[in-house]
Parts: sequence; structure tokens; C-alpha cells
Amino acid sequence: MAKLLVDNKEIEAKEGISLLQACLDNGIYIPNLCHIHGTDNPSASCRLCFVEIEGEDKPIPSCTVKAKDGIIVKTDTPSVRRLQCTAFKLLMSVHRVDCGHCPANKKCELQRIAKFLKVGLKPKYLELHLKETEVDESNPFLDYYPNRCVLCGKCIAVCKDKHGRAFLTFAKRGLDAVVSSYGEKDVSNLPCGKCLACIGICPVGAITSKDSPHQTA
Amino acid sequence: MSPLNNETVQKAFGVIRDEAKRRRDAFREEPVPKIQIGMATCGIASGALETKNAFEEVLAERKIEAHIRTVGCIGHCYAEPVVIMDHPESGFPPIFYHNVTPGKAKMLAKSFLEEGDPLFEHVLGAMEENDLVPQVLDFPRFNQEKRVVLEKCGRVDPEDIYEYIADGGYETLAKILQLAPNEIIEEVQKSGLRGRGGAGFPTGRKWDLARNADGQHKTVICNADEGDPGAYMDRTLLESNPHQVLEGMAICAYAVGAQKAIVYVRAEYPLAVKIVTKAIGQARELGLLGEGVLGSSFDLEIDVFQGSGAFVCGEETALIQSIEGNRGMPRHRPPYPVQQGLGGQPTVINNVKTLASIPPIIEHGATWFRAIGTEKSPGTAIFSVVGNIVHAGLVEIPMGVTLRTLIFDICGGVPNKKKFKAVQIGGPSGGCLPEDFLDTPIDFDSLIQAGAMMGSGGMVVMDEDTCMVDVSRYFLDFTQKESCGKCTFCRIGTHHLLNTLERITKGEGRDGDLEQLETLSEDIKDGSLCGLGKTAPNPVLTSLRYFRDEYEAHVKERRCPARMCRTLTAFYIDLDKCARGCDACVGSCPVEAIFTTKDRKKGVDQSLCVKCGECMVACPAEYDAVMKVSPPDLAPIIEQAVDD
Repeated sequence: MAKLLVDNKEIEAKEGISLLQACLDNGIYIPNLCHIHGTDNPSASCRLCFVEIEGEDKPIPSCTVKAKDGIIVKTDTPSVRRLQCTAFKLLMSVHRVDCGHCPANKKCELQRIAKFLKVGLKPKYLELHLKETEVDESNPFLDYYPNRCVLCGKCIAVCKDKHGRAFLTFAKRGLDAVVSSYGEKDVSNLPCGKCLACIGICPVGAITSKDSPHQTA
Repeated sequence: MSPLNNETVQKAFGVIRDEAKRRRDAFREEPVPKIQIGMATCGIASGALETKNAFEEVLAERKIEAHIRTVGCIGHCYAEPVVIMDHPESGFPPIFYHNVTPGKAKMLAKSFLEEGDPLFEHVLGAMEENDLVPQVLDFPRFNQEKRVVLEKCGRVDPEDIYEYIADGGYETLAKILQLAPNEIIEEVQKSGLRGRGGAGFPTGRKWDLARNADGQHKTVICNADEGDPGAYMDRTLLESNPHQVLEGMAICAYAVGAQKAIVYVRAEYPLAVKIVTKAIGQARELGLLGEGVLGSSFDLEIDVFQGSGAFVCGEETALIQSIEGNRGMPRHRPPYPVQQGLGGQPTVINNVKTLASIPPIIEHGATWFRAIGTEKSPGTAIFSVVGNIVHAGLVEIPMGVTLRTLIFDICGGVPNKKKFKAVQIGGPSGGCLPEDFLDTPIDFDSLIQAGAMMGSGGMVVMDEDTCMVDVSRYFLDFTQKESCGKCTFCRIGTHHLLNTLERITKGEGRDGDLEQLETLSEDIKDGSLCGLGKTAPNPVLTSLRYFRDEYEAHVKERRCPARMCRTLTAFYIDLDKCARGCDACVGSCPVEAIFTTKDRKKGVDQSLCVKCGECMVACPAEYDAVMKVSPPDLAPIIEQAVDD
């Protein structure tokens, strides 16, 4: 067990797990979207779980460092909050805020983070930029909502984990990036009907089942 | 390694070297004139193929006996197509001709080869000292360079391995096979060589880490995924002298204990791909690659991998993903590729120029290398100097030379009597430095301190007609398109930066825009996952730091000081200067925006004008009557009489 000091509180963590996991396990919340419990390869793409570690000159995403014995961590310094707020506002500047019609309403990670950071869901200074496609219905089992998606990539990771290969992938570049299926026409090749793990893991309700559009597991 | 092995290597290489020298001497001694044409991509783009055809035609037509030899790029882009003619019988030394069009080629063949008249008006200089023609080495563009990496470029035929060997090539590979790997790494460490891809990580240390990392299947990767706008150093090197890069890769592989190496080159460099592939084949045929290199126990296979042209794949973790067949997206580091790279195995990824620096270092020793350049950045730097510059092209200079020397002394300064405004170094990751920084020495640390960065070697010189806001907009447009979309800051943040810059260049800037650009840039820098995002805001930050008044003019006065941003400028015709009778401007206008009134005044209909500037070009120089102003309301309004 590693003993570390987080926000002046001593916590214990299993050697080898990420600092983010250690904090979450000990009831210290750090905003995050792309973190998957127990993974060795953090995606580190949502850029929300910043913390300051003594000895490092800049905030670091806590999912990318191990919970090492003796490290001293601060989760709520001004520079950490600044980066978190900017990242969150950026995400919201491309997000369709329509919680009333979203299956993730009230269990949405974005709502949780907004409340935690005390930031509104609609950023004031950034122009809203939404994608033209509101819903991608090309998959025989799933519907995908690009304007809800935060591109955390958890759906792709869980799909790969469950089936050995991912039936979902990132597509396109830059701001146009989306999650997409491979356009497989032969439905019998797709395990989706019985699985739907992607829907369960999505933090924002960006994927829904064609059978029960409001299911979010 | 046993002494027996040493002897085997020496003997095996000796045979190859003797054959190379025999071929070279035979070629040299042939009593016919030699025509040497630069045929890298840059030469071909300037018409070298047509020039070569013209030479072939005229030689056949007039039954002149001469050898045409194609070489790579000598680095003098402003002079392309470049031809060196060696006609010993004429009594002249080998002569360097510039801008050799097909017509000039035919003329040269006739006058020089047939009649012995070298046509002095077309001569750039002689290649060696003599009493007849001034030498090219008397010109600063030639003599202030220090060629270590580019030394053989433009001199050897890249498609003939023997030419490289006759010029001393692969000598160091034969030498290091008789050394212990750690001796080589020590030498590279002592040389102080830093990664030429831009970040400047000590190469020797990288190799040492890879050597000591656990793994049975280590790989060496040559990163030739060059993508900065305006940069073409790596392409030229691969096209002009691929064997020096391959030799460097082989030395690296031997030193770190790898048996596999990959040249990762973008598919948009078809000639480089072709030449490197051919070079690998030739090296393998001679036993310089493959199983038991030169009879030793060292095996090495080198493959070419063609990247599909995503800028982000120059980032090493994305590059590895791409080779593995995945989407080219960077991942978090550590683990670094030297610990866990391709297939989870230790992988050394070095830039083309880094690897090409290795053979000279091994040949002349670390002390020699350290004597070039500065203490913390030893060796040379290669830049492709482009933009508003007289002698554009590839330049290799010792580190520590100032920007002023490079731009004004070596490259001839800014053309058309325009004033220098800024120099952009390091591509989309670098920054724009103003005139005050011209005395900054070119080395890794000084450039970072100034707010730019060494980068891979792209250098764009800009004159007074360049709008710095527009330059930032251009680079941000590039980075946001090339962002892989993985992390929040780069994907969305760069888009907002671009959005704001676009508004400003259109005269729709708002109070607070500049402050927001600044804070968002800082956050993107601190928050992004990989180098692309971390450096993407640099063009904005440096131009805001050094050219803030230009931004303010755009936002507060709706004025573009350089008169480049179209919505903020207008054209009009100065009636005091206009000859009235001449209709050059009217004829040149593609949208019929220029009209003539009944009393023969010329006016521009601002609602139609697309601000292409054609009228300005068309107006005869003696009148010079077309004016460009910013903000646009400075243009006087000429009433167009309504037709009766």
C-alpha cells in the first residue's frame, strides 16, 4: 500500500493504480470523463483530471501518474481549476444543451462537473459550434448523437475489451471527429444486440439503443 | 567481436570500396564533357526534366558526345534548374549555371560544348579555383555555409550507391562494426548531438536508454514525416543522399541492439519513397544491410513505411500507432517509445537529419563535431529559408549564427526593396520574431527564449506587406485541421482560436478578443495531450507579444496596417496620377468593378471589387495610380453617372 497526502488528507492506495483512481476510491472527487476503472493505458484525452503534485511545475492529469508513496497532491489550486474550467467550457461550446430531452439527464457527468466546478452549462464567451448531423442512425442497433458526445473514447475501449476488437472507432479529424461504426451491413456479424456495453459506459448519453431509445443502462 | 570478424568486415568492405573507386575513376577519366543536373523534387518542379530532355535532344541532334548525370539537390532553390557543366577540353573549370531553361540548355550545349564559349552571362560561378571565372565559393551564399549533413547532396547520384561509397560512404559503418556498441553511444553522447526534429533531446541519451531497455525486438525508426508548411529539409536529404541516412540508421541499430529499422516517410513524397526504396535494395545487394552485415554477426533489415499524410503522425506515439495499423493518434507519455514503442518494444525514433549527422560524427569524432556550433547546441542547423527572400533554399549553417547573418548575408535579404518585418521559425509550432530579434543566435535554447523554437528547419521570411494576424490565422487553420481530435484543448480550443482570428481579420473583432486569445492560448499550451496541441498556440502568442499594435489596429480601427486583409482594404484610382486615356485597369478587372465616367474619371465600384489587386499590377509603372488603403472608407467615392 502506498500512503499519499491529497489535499492535506492522508490516503492509502494499492501500489500501481493511478492517482485518479486512488482519489476516487477514497472519496476525493476529481472531474473526469475518459477514465476507465482499472485500465493500464489511460486515454488522458478529456483533460479534466488535473492535479498539482509537489515537485512538478505544472498541473498533471491524475490519470497519467501512479499513486506513489509519499507524494503530496493538491486537487483544487487556482491553476488546476483554471485548466479544468477551460476544458469544461470548451466541451460545452460544442455540446447541445437540451437536458430535458436527453436520456442522461440527472445522471450526466457533464451536469455533475458543472455543479462541482460551479460553471454554467452554457459558456458565455465561446461561440457555440454544433455539428450538422444531430443523430447518426447508420448503425443497425445504435443511434449516435455527435452533439452530445465528448469523445472520451470509453465506448471504443469497452467494445474492444468485450469483443477482442472494437466495432466502434474514431472517425474524421479535428473538430469534425466523431465516433463511428465501420458501416458493417451484415448484422449477424455485430454482437451489439446482446451487448450494449457502449451505452452503459457513455458518460453523457451520446449512444442510445434503437430498441429503447431512452435506455442508458 | 573477434579479430577474425574485424578482418572479415575490413575485407568485405575493401572489395566494395575498391569497386566504387574503380567506377568513379573510370567515369572521371572518360574524355567527354559531363553535364550534371539537379533532379530532386525542387529541381523537377522548376523544370529540370524538360532541361534534361533538351540536353538529350541537342546532344543527339548535333552528335555531341557528353555524359548527362543526375544528382540530388544542392540547396540553391532560387537558381533551379541547376546545371554544372564540366568540359575539361575547353580549358574552363566545371561551371555552375542557374535557371537553365530548355532553351538555355540547347544554347549552352552548342556554344560551350561545341565552340568552347561558356556564355558568361549565364554563369553563376566556377566550382573550383581558377583564373577565368569567379568561383561560387567567393559568394556568401556558398562560403558561409558549413556543410556536414548536406555535404554530399547535389554531388552524388542518389540512385547509385557506388558514388556514395567512392565519396567515403559506409566507411563509418565498417568502422563501427569493429567497436563495442557502448563505445559508439559514448561517442554520440560526447558529440552533444541533439535531436534535429525540433525538440532537441540529446541523441546519445536516447540511444543509451534504448540500449538499456528490456526487449528482444528493438526497432529504429527514421522519422521523415515532414509536414510543416514551407519545410522540405528531410525530403531533400532523402532524395539527394539516402545512403547517409541509411548508414546513420545502421549505426544506430547496431548501437542500440536493433535488428529492424523503418523509414517512416509520407506518401506525398513519392520521389523520396522511390529513391530510399531503391537505396535499401542496393545496400542489401552489397551486403551493407540484411543478414550478417559485411560478414559480421550483425543483422539489419530496413523497410520503408509510407505514412498517409497526417501531420500529427510526426509525433512519435502517433507515428507508432500508424505503423501498427491504427488511427494515428498520440498517446500519453511516459512510457516513452525508448521504453515501450513499436509492438511494446524499445524503439528509437530519430529525425532524418539527426541520423544523417551520425556518419560524419563517427568519421571525424565527437571533438570535431563539438568544435562546430555552440556549447549547448553543437553541430549545424539546416533550414529551408523561404518566403520574401532573395536566395531561397536549403542552408546548412553552424549553430550560433545569428538570424541576421542567415537572412541578410547568406540568403541575400528581402527582395523588391521591401522592409523586413518578421521571420517565422519552427512551422506551426514556432513563432514569429520581429526585427529586434535578428541578432538572436540560432540554437535550441536562444530561440525558445525568444518565444520561437528551432523546429525541424522551416523558416519563412516575411516583408512589410505581411499581416501578422493573417499569418497567425493561417497557422491556426493548419493546426486545427491537422488536430487528431483526441484531446479537448487541441480539438476545440484551436478551433476557437481560429474562429476569433478569422473574425479579427474580417474586421469583426470585439473588445476582449485579444485577452481571450491570450488566456485560451496559455490554457491550450498547458492542457493539451501531445506536442501538436502544446505548441499550436505559439504563432498566436508570439505575434500577440511582438505585433500587438497590429491586432489592436484590426480590432479598434478596423484597419489592417499591412493592407492584406481583404475586408479591411479598398482600392481606388488616384485621379491626379491616372493618365485617363489608358484603360489597362478596366481591362484587367475580372469582375468589371472599374468604370469610366463621362469626364473620363476612373472609379472602383467597391460593392463589386473582390480586391484581387490585378488593377494595381496592370497600371503602368509610370502612372502608378492604383492605390490600396485600409480601412476601406479612406477610398474616395467617385460617382458613376447613370446611363441615359
